[in-house]
Amino acid sequence: MSAPGASGARQLWRRLRTQRSALVAAVVVALLVLVALGAPLLTAIEGQDPTTYHPSLVDSARGGVPIGSFGGVSAEHWLGVEPQTGRDLFARLVHGARVSLGVALAATVVQLVLGVVIGVAAGLGNRWVDLVLTRIADIFVAMPLMVVALALLAIVPTSFPRPVLVALVVGLVSGWGTLAKMVRAQTLTLKELDYVAAARLSGWGTVRIARRELLPGLATPVITFAAILVPTNITVEAALSFLGVGVKPPTPSWGQMLTSADVWYQAAPQYLLLPAGALFVTVLALTVLGDGVRTALDPRAASRLSVGTGRKQEAKGEVS
Amino acid sequence: MTGFGGFILRRAVGALVTLFALSVIIYVVFYVTPGNVAQITCGPRCSPAQVQQVAGQLHLDDPLYARYWHFLQGLFVGQDYSTGTSVQHCSAPCLGLSYQSDQQVTELILAKLPVTASLALGAMVLWLVIGVGTGVLSVWRRGRLTERLLTTLTLAGMSTPVFVIGLVLMIVVCGQLELLPFPQYVAFTDDPEQWAWNLLLPWLSLALIESATYARLTRASMLETLAEDHVRTFRAYGVGERGIIWRHALRGAVAPLIAVNANNIGVLFGGAVLTETLFGLPGIGQEMVEAVKVVDLPVVVGMVLVTGFFVVLANAVADVLYAVADRRVVLT
Repeated sequence: MSAPGASGARQLWRRLRTQRSALVAAVVVALLVLVALGAPLLTAIEGQDPTTYHPSLVDSARGGVPIGSFGGVSAEHWLGVEPQTGRDLFARLVHGARVSLGVALAATVVQLVLGVVIGVAAGLGNRWVDLVLTRIADIFVAMPLMVVALALLAIVPTSFPRPVLVALVVGLVSGWGTLAKMVRAQTLTLKELDYVAAARLSGWGTVRIARRELLPGLATPVITFAAILVPTNITVEAALSFLGVGVKPPTPSWGQMLTSADVWYQAAPQYLLLPAGALFVTVLALTVLGDGVRTALDPRAASRLSVGTGRKQEAKGEVS
Repeated sequence: MTGFGGFILRRAVGALVTLFALSVIIYVVFYVTPGNVAQITCGPRCSPAQVQQVAGQLHLDDPLYARYWHFLQGLFVGQDYSTGTSVQHCSAPCLGLSYQSDQQVTELILAKLPVTASLALGAMVLWLVIGVGTGVLSVWRRGRLTERLLTTLTLAGMSTPVFVIGLVLMIVVCGQLELLPFPQYVAFTDDPEQWAWNLLLPWLSLALIESATYARLTRASMLETLAEDHVRTFRAYGVGERGIIWRHALRGAVAPLIAVNANNIGVLFGGAVLTETLFGLPGIGQEMVEAVKVVDLPVVVGMVLVTGFFVVLANAVADVLYAVADRRVVLT
């Protein structure tokens, strides 16, 4: 159990640094975050924006194929333009990073808050509170994510801000059930420890005990779980947008770009390869970083350099 | 209650309660969520009077509890539906009628199930072979180049969304190399050979992605077992590496493999939404996407429940198998 606060973070970083692959992944993730944060700046340097149509750059006689070699790559359009609309691909790709990472992180925050609050409440509450909360968590573990998310997203009116909605739905429907059950188990163990008993005897309230004595002890499993949730959420957002119920046009999203990519693969292969590659690199970097964090936090895992055993794997979302 | 029978009974009751609660939650959420269902069902050209009539016909203005009661009635004793001109009887278990086609939701799901089952079961065989094979091989060759290569490939598999690998496979195999025609579902009962050829790419896409999880799981469990004391004892008795890996280490991986596999199959039976959409397979997942687009509530609710049912069932079966495969598990 690592200590909370700055010293814990420093210790995590020190252990992470010794793993070369995790270090590379951390750098890639940092770059991606920078690209996402600086998307408006990057597109300003290029002199384009993600939503302006350039009908003059596509050949309407041939169904909207980009004019010029390599799908319309030029000094003005660094990665070419989108078929049919002529929108700038570089701008859409970097703004897509913003949507992808933003939605995934927001969904993760929702999952973590729900999982920790419900898990701790179940662990500290009386028998009935525990029973009801555990049952609710069970229901959400059995909730078929793609199907329920698909249905919810289709029904809510489109006037609701779409990226926020996607993050909320993904966060509320998936991930937190397993976390809540894990946190509950951990809370039950921690509750019996001497320092928590001492706090209770000195008259501390339940909320104060939970905040000051339990949360630090929960940091390790929660961070480990969050590291699995982020890449899964990225994939889920891309999948929902791919199906046309996630982020709606004109907001760019990697999954959405892939929807019509198969039609254009001969004329503009980068229209397929760019969003697919971006997705792959992002999820890969986050997965490797997550493995690294897990190894750094779990000394047992470090000793055999392996990751993920047993039913923990179920935490990974089923996106089929 | 004690013993194995009591354990199975408790799991079954737990599964039923979970499923019932799932149905209440889904019903409440879907029927409370704003959205003009009557207008969408009737079509964009309907007059307000026609929309009103549709809303009445579909009981859209009834209070929530009345509609849920109606739904439960259909589920347990069947229900008569008036479709304007005639009365259709929908016998239990009845999940209602589609707003769009007036077809019974249960019939609709049953008609789509063979496609989804073909996809799920075929892919399962492949991902178990590829996944467990990769896991065993990487343990067998641990510490060598083969292991590093396989671990890297596995990570790549875990990081690729199924629709990306499916798209790439389809473009390369069907578009560029023209080795296979673009998949088009043929029923097994019509032509088993064509059935298999057309499902090959969907199977491969799903299996390549899923097998990564199994490879990691197999490898991790086997390494864990290999580190245990009793394995050292076997080694001391002169049991060869082959025997240790296949007979002892792999056994430790069986129980977790069953658990994860049951969960995956449960989810897939409820529709591999992405794979079916990408390859145009007319299964439960694709039907779901279609129903969602036109807000066909009975179909949507029915499919969510059926999927939830498969997941709960699969998990309950997994718990039982888990206990059978691993005697150390305490039955609670």
